[in-house]
Amino acid sequence: MPESPTSQKRPRHLGAWVLIVAVIAVTVTAFGYVGGWLAPQRLTPKRLVDQFETNAGVHPGYRRNHAKGVCVAGYFESNGQAAPYSVAQVFAPGQRTPVVGRFAIPGSNPYAPDSSIPIRSMALRFALANGQQWRTGMNSMPVFPVATPQAFYAQLQAQQPDPATGKPDPQKVAAFFAAHPETAAFRAWAKTAKPSASFATESYWSLDAFVFTGPDGQRHAVRWQMVPQSASDDAAAPASDVDYLAADLHQRLAHGPLQWKLLVTLANPGDPTDDATKTWPADRQIIDAGTLVVDSEQAQDSGPCRDINYDPTVLPNGIAPSDDPLLPARSAAYADSYLRRTSEEAHLPGSARPSATTPPETQR
Amino acid sequence: MKNTTGLFALPARILHWLMAAMILAMLFIGVGMVASVSERHAWLLRIHKPLGIAILLLAVVRLAVRLRYPPPPLPADLPVLQKLAAHASHWLLYALMIAMPLVGWAMLSAGGYPVMLSDALRLPPIFPTSPTAFAILRHLHSWLAMLLFLTFLAHMAAALYHGLIRRDGVLASMVGRRRGA
Repeated sequence: MPESPTSQKRPRHLGAWVLIVAVIAVTVTAFGYVGGWLAPQRLTPKRLVDQFETNAGVHPGYRRNHAKGVCVAGYFESNGQAAPYSVAQVFAPGQRTPVVGRFAIPGSNPYAPDSSIPIRSMALRFALANGQQWRTGMNSMPVFPVATPQAFYAQLQAQQPDPATGKPDPQKVAAFFAAHPETAAFRAWAKTAKPSASFATESYWSLDAFVFTGPDGQRHAVRWQMVPQSASDDAAAPASDVDYLAADLHQRLAHGPLQWKLLVTLANPGDPTDDATKTWPADRQIIDAGTLVVDSEQAQDSGPCRDINYDPTVLPNGIAPSDDPLLPARSAAYADSYLRRTSEEAHLPGSARPSATTPPETQR
Repeated sequence: MKNTTGLFALPARILHWLMAAMILAMLFIGVGMVASVSERHAWLLRIHKPLGIAILLLAVVRLAVRLRYPPPPLPADLPVLQKLAAHASHWLLYALMIAMPLVGWAMLSAGGYPVMLSDALRLPPIFPTSPTAFAILRHLHSWLAMLLFLTFLAHMAAALYHGLIRRDGVLASMVGRRRGA
């Protein structure tokens, strides 16, 4: 039986077709790998923020961490003493820079009782006259529990509530701390820390290190701290009131502005800039850069801080991120959280719907 | 003015290959930086913004070059549908290489971010601050990037089809070799 001539011959241009398909396949695979879709083991901002949602549920429209807070506004007045170390306009002598800030407590639940955690946070956005911005998110503790985004993710996973009890499994939490000895300094701090009765009496640390560049071009590794000028009144937090921090702030601001000193610590050569679990020795040079004045407050669901992503890597000329691995992770995760909550505010399809009322479902 | 050389003009060829590298790099930088929490996130982001503005500027130059130097005609024997697809995808590529940087710039403006191209160089906002606009523009930036990537794949596959299978001089006209040379 005569065979048809075409079935014997190879299809025309088989090699060329294979090459074209191979080139496309390689490009798509590389794109999928770089974009994380084909790299399930990689820690991505999405996986980090998903874990917050797994631990505490979705609260549409709110930040995925530090969800409960209050907007404030005021200004920073520079005394010029930091100007030799950083060319940032915010440090020029006598410069007054408007600030939109936010006080908050860590955690993803916007209805959490203020006494549920001993940490308070202060986020600030300095709007410099030259149009540049300085954004910072600080916590009321001198060290962070972990040094890397991977360890932070492992901590979140360890804290995931057990479905049976609704609470984190103490064994998993203990196992996490045992596997992460770098948490020791934070745990020592946490042992004595008590939830403060006021945002106004707390110190707030940058935790991460940054790099100042002076007018001489010289670079200086720094950390900073906002030190309250309001006296701590040592009164125990009123445990019956879940929302006492906002009430206290309201009351204090009715009597006048609140002030903090911005103290900048200069590192010595060799001080770790890539490890937020370690404090620097106490004898390091400290510069008093000026005074933060907070003179008004606004509710967080309508105030000007609501739509600000306090990404600590949004920095003016004269301040740059250090090699601290937490900084890019914070930037990436905050951006993901910001997109989720602005999508919810915009009622975009596929995003969770913000509720009109504020159900205090988790108030206890 | 008709193109009778069978080649794209030299400025068009230079812009094409330069921008091909920049846009392909940009697509990988974009999906890479939003899928990373490491130092990569920071340095990719630092490249992303100035590279995007550079692409925008070059795209405008390229449009002018295209109007000044008409491209060589497609082969006369190319099926109508393929001709149509070629023209449509080329104009889609032009539209996207101009729209992507503008959407990114508008998105940062709407989010209230300073649009920093370097430590000190800042672009003015081109959109009023609005969380709703930010969310829409941010999603649009991603979807247009996917559309650009798919259009790029189709463009590359078509170029190889012309060069390896049809051997009709279309790929050669952009590589810079004359037909039959």
